[in-house]
Amino acid sequence: MQQSNAYVITFSVVLTIILGLLLSGTSEVLKPIQQKAEALDTKKQILGAVIPAEDIEAMKPDEIDAFYESRISSMVVNIDGEEVTEVGGSAITAESVDVSKNYKKAPEERLYPVFIFHAEGGPEDVASYIFPVYGNGLWDNIWGYLALQTDVNTIEGVTFSHAGETPGLGARITSRDVQSRYEGKQIFDDSGNLVSVDMQKGEGKDYSGEEHKVDGLSGATITAVGVNNMLKNYLKSYRSYIDKIKEGNQVALN
Amino acid sequence: MSTETAEKVLEEKKDVEAFLSKRRKKLITDPLVDDNPITIQVLGICSALAVTTQLQPTMIMALSVIFVIVMSNLVISLLRNKIPSRVRIIVQLAIVATLVTLVNEVLKAFAYDMYKELSVFVGLIITNCIVMGRLEAYAMGNKPYDSILDGFGSGLGYSWIILAVAFFRELLGSGSLFGVPVYDAISGLIGEDFNLATNGLMVSPVGAFIILGLIIWVQRSKTGYVEH
Repeated sequence: MQQSNAYVITFSVVLTIILGLLLSGTSEVLKPIQQKAEALDTKKQILGAVIPAEDIEAMKPDEIDAFYESRISSMVVNIDGEEVTEVGGSAITAESVDVSKNYKKAPEERLYPVFIFHAEGGPEDVASYIFPVYGNGLWDNIWGYLALQTDVNTIEGVTFSHAGETPGLGARITSRDVQSRYEGKQIFDDSGNLVSVDMQKGEGKDYSGEEHKVDGLSGATITAVGVNNMLKNYLKSYRSYIDKIKEGNQVALN
Repeated sequence: MSTETAEKVLEEKKDVEAFLSKRRKKLITDPLVDDNPITIQVLGICSALAVTTQLQPTMIMALSVIFVIVMSNLVISLLRNKIPSRVRIIVQLAIVATLVTLVNEVLKAFAYDMYKELSVFVGLIITNCIVMGRLEAYAMGNKPYDSILDGFGSGLGYSWIILAVAFFRELLGSGSLFGVPVYDAISGLIGEDFNLATNGLMVSPVGAFIILGLIIWVQRSKTGYVEH
């Protein structure tokens, strides 16, 4: 069957229009649901740094929202640790700050969200500080949340996510087993220098006595280095804010 | 039950082929074993290796592929006399890509965890040779209903293989099935001292190659299929 050029072109144009309308229509209809799902996922990750993953799995979406509302307060700070409430005249919230977009800017220009996990109904009664972190893995971006106890030194917990690390190797950073290695580690040394926590090369050694080292990922050294850099970079950026909390703690002690 | 309905249809309209005639049943059953897209035609291997570390995402992947194959077969078959033959591959690709994007969007809205895990691979259904292969080989020249059956058969043939691979990989690699810790349960039954070790090899793509190879070996030794 031989068709004329006009037929071929008309057919292609009509097909393109129909498929295009179909796709953009679906995208419009599903967008609110998708945004809700994304927001819920972020909340799960934030909460994952401070409460066990099994507890989160057991909660229904509404319960997660309610729990988040009642236990997390948030703010945005800049590199100097000063609170930022508006950018260019419009108000911002920590939830609306896209860490991945800010990652592309210079560290001095980024906005840094801080999530504060507190006792129910008592925003003053802080349990831990949660900082988003973002960096590069082997194949693609990695990100996560780091929760520090009230001494802003001891790690309460971490959650990591990734876009495309190798399943079974680098992708293990999302596993509970790997993340729990960070619990109880410290980011400052005895003389107050920021040293962060480094994942070591090789796997299977016991680092329980060492405050700044965790067991590595066998076969995923580059991802591990990515995690180390990510933590170091962001802790450096949050340094001023952390120092302010420390000062506050000192005052409270006196 | 199916034979009953078939007879009824036959009585009413003698010249119309039965709803599930022998030929049509073959359309579904052939790709399950004798002409399996993965083990015989060796198509769609990439996703068979990539998504099969656990059963749950594999299940979603299987359902997505069945949906895309069936729907694209139907659409192409309906349009088969309208599609200009000079641009038919692009038309097929556009329709498959649209369907895959729809699946991806729906997953993102209603199963976000699965979307996070699978989005890359769902996108790659577009290039899954099984889909394009069925469109070009079957839907372009056959009626819509037959094409649906053909797509469904190929989809099932693909699905049961990747589910079988995922079954062994999750069981041996992670010690669980559909996320339920089977190994721990066995240890609990027999006693604390009885520990089953998980095999890390099964979690990596190499494990999928081994399992798939074994399945093909068993199948070919049974059916006597030889490559020419």
